[in-house]
Amino acid sequence: METTTNNSNFKSEEYFINMGPQHPATHGVLRLLLTIDGEIIKKVEPDLGYIHRSIEKMCERDSYQQIVHLTDRMDYLSSHINNEAVCLTVENALQIEVPDRVKVIRTIIGELTRIASHCLWWGVMGMDVGALTTYFYGFRDREMINDIFEETCGARLTMNYNIPGGLMFDIHPNFVKRVKDFIAHFKTKLPEYDTLLTGNVIFQKRTKGVGILTKEDAISFGASGPVGRASGYSCDVRKHHPYSALDRVTFNEALKTEGDTFARYQVRIQEMWESLSIIEQLIDNIPEGDYKVATNAVIKLPKGEYYQKVETARGELGVYIISTGTKNPYRVKFRSPGFSNLSLLSHIAVGGKIGDLVATMATLDIVVPDIDR
Amino acid sequence: MTNEAIQTLVNSWVPDLEFTEEGSQFLNINVQPEQLHHFMNQLKSNTETQFDYLFCLSGVDWGKELGVVYHLESTVHRHIIVVKVKTEDRENPTFDSVSDIWATAEFHEREVFDFFGIKFNNHPNLKNLFLTEDWERFPLRKDFVDEVNMIIK
Amino acid sequence: MNHISLSITKNIHNWLFSIMPEGAASITEMVLIALVYLAIFAVAGLYLVLLERKVAAWFQLRLGPNRVGFKGLLQTMADALKLVSKELTGTDRADKFLYNLAPYFVIISSLMALAVFPFTKEFQAFDINIGIFFLIAISSIGVIGILLGGWSSNNKFALIGAMRSGVQTISYELSVGLSLLTMVLITGSLQLSEIVEVQKNGWLIVQGHIPAVIAFMIYMIAGTAETNRAPFDMVEAESELGAGFHTEYSGMKFAYFFLAEFINMFIIASIATTIFFGGWLSPFGVTESIPVLGVFWFLGKTLLIVFLMMWFRWTFPRLRIDQLLTLEWKYLLPLNLLNIVLMALIVWLNLTIQF
Repeated sequence: METTTNNSNFKSEEYFINMGPQHPATHGVLRLLLTIDGEIIKKVEPDLGYIHRSIEKMCERDSYQQIVHLTDRMDYLSSHINNEAVCLTVENALQIEVPDRVKVIRTIIGELTRIASHCLWWGVMGMDVGALTTYFYGFRDREMINDIFEETCGARLTMNYNIPGGLMFDIHPNFVKRVKDFIAHFKTKLPEYDTLLTGNVIFQKRTKGVGILTKEDAISFGASGPVGRASGYSCDVRKHHPYSALDRVTFNEALKTEGDTFARYQVRIQEMWESLSIIEQLIDNIPEGDYKVATNAVIKLPKGEYYQKVETARGELGVYIISTGTKNPYRVKFRSPGFSNLSLLSHIAVGGKIGDLVATMATLDIVVPDIDR
Repeated sequence: MTNEAIQTLVNSWVPDLEFTEEGSQFLNINVQPEQLHHFMNQLKSNTETQFDYLFCLSGVDWGKELGVVYHLESTVHRHIIVVKVKTEDRENPTFDSVSDIWATAEFHEREVFDFFGIKFNNHPNLKNLFLTEDWERFPLRKDFVDEVNMIIK
Repeated sequence: MNHISLSITKNIHNWLFSIMPEGAASITEMVLIALVYLAIFAVAGLYLVLLERKVAAWFQLRLGPNRVGFKGLLQTMADALKLVSKELTGTDRADKFLYNLAPYFVIISSLMALAVFPFTKEFQAFDINIGIFFLIAISSIGVIGILLGGWSSNNKFALIGAMRSGVQTISYELSVGLSLLTMVLITGSLQLSEIVEVQKNGWLIVQGHIPAVIAFMIYMIAGTAETNRAPFDMVEAESELGAGFHTEYSGMKFAYFFLAEFINMFIIASIATTIFFGGWLSPFGVTESIPVLGVFWFLGKTLLIVFLMMWFRWTFPRLRIDQLLTLEWKYLLPLNLLNIVLMALIVWLNLTIQF
């Protein structure tokens, strides 16, 4: 399969194939223009914009409270963390110190969001390499988290729970109990993930040594989140620039050095354990206090530029706001993790087979609205 | 490195740098378009600065000028600076590409090209990424008007 | 009509021959039997689909179809009705003739293979003396249909799927053939009724012990690959190729492909039952006096193996195409050849276990 016949009778020819925008493996409306020689990929070129809503332009006409709600629609699987990013930017700009209670709740829900996102990713990862059953296992556990969210903030996916200055409501009285139930439940189910997929010989054959990203490339391509960490690049924003209550918890940054698809897989599994431990450290001592501080109805940021990074489930999300002192931002830029992570796909997928591309793309964990914004 | 140390170090590399920390949590450096590529290369390769991680590249329309803002971080020293480059040429704004220094810039520059119409010299593949190929205007510029699809309050 | 024994319909046979000239009677008879088989296995295929969905649901912590009919028993019937009523779409500039021909290749070859199975004593439409040979020959016709369908669809995803299928089927055909051949060394006959007869002294998997077990394992792997089912579903590989070779088919033509897949699975399981597990023979001959119960034993064993194949499908990830070929050419085939020698030795030295 490695060499192509090139004698006079059979001439191998590269051909072009259009993967997407409607394709099961592209997880949304991503279009990949592939140049293929038989099964071997020679060139990958992403073509984006099929779901671009120009959120950055919309932000320029909206007030700061409204912007928060637009960020839900970027990476919808870590909507709470996206909201938090904007709120933190605004709070830092206004130099508001939010109550401890808010910080702790934000972190707990943020980590729950990360687990939910990784559960979904794990299900889809299995599905992309052909093991359909994983999808339902992943969804079973994600469903519990979504139920917790629903009880507390009324929404399951696009939560809108953060507002500049705190939270929209206080947590539901059941919250603590249900989160503890979930932790107990998930601790028995997470090993099941390993027995179902991680240990499978076929799965390991499919993922080990596939789509290798070196540490230098990871930094150069701006990889972040599990993708960067699987290459041995310590890039956890929660470690390097802690925000909310993350400075008061101890956790290990999941690091691997192989940089292949299997390493990215393991990093995410490891992250779920770490998130569980973070929640465990916080859930028992949520401080009493207000769930928000009053802000002006019309928020005007002082003239200047503000940047805030947070760690979403996919990597480093940056919010860059330029304010001229009016009620609307002058320019908002979201540095989305998916966009940078996608840019390295063409680098690591070339030379692999179609099946490798799908497996590699699954571990980049692409959410297309996050890339298209 | 502290902001002051960076400031004294890089000041000698290229002429006409402007430094400011006003209204920003990072050190801002304004650089002339002609010096951009050389300056950026220095920032990355110098062992004391070693800004190897370009974490954000944004196009900005400052009204009169168009420009690009580079947020740089060093994964070794963990310091952050912001480099800005501006041009008043709104018809044909052009800067040097930094995609040979940071691979991530390739996609981010294509995004800027799409939405601001800023061209990048020596970019390996400068074509529309988000917009269709027959699209002519630049949606994120401040003078973009679309009365049908944009709701302005 | 020398080697066609139609003993299941002896009465009809006699009656037909009494009212018609001989030629017309045998033609009518063949048509009648074909229709009966078609009807039975079209419905059986639908219920296999239902079984698959129920098994999948069971593996996946959900309920599966449970609304249409009692406990969802009519679900696949309703699906079939829906598919019949659907528009037959096709691609522009497809090779229309081949495009329309392809599904028939697939469904006819799989239905043809059903004719030779002895479901119980004397319940067999076509007791040919080269039964196994016939089965192997017929089952490789199906891949032509898949290749044609993929090629003529004018769709690159379909073409990739079809090419994968060609490569895969041709490779795994070898293992299927050789593992069956291993067992033929014991039976000394290719005729399926004969093979079952031999197993009255013990099922072949017991008679042939070690090499038979190896042959069975190879057969199951290769058989799963032959039917293009997970973990060898490179042909469809929905996350890679959309739907593979049948991407561009709709309505009934799609249903033919779909049904053929399930009937093929049934055939692979039936062959395994007949060759390795004594066909319609009951364990220890408990119901030997009532031959009709043979159908029950046959179907029971077959469905167990079908369940095994479904189990594979819903737990394993898919292989990559090069790994698939490596498995066949570097591992299964040499092992198989060694296994034949081993079996020959065992038969020669009379080391088989017989009761």
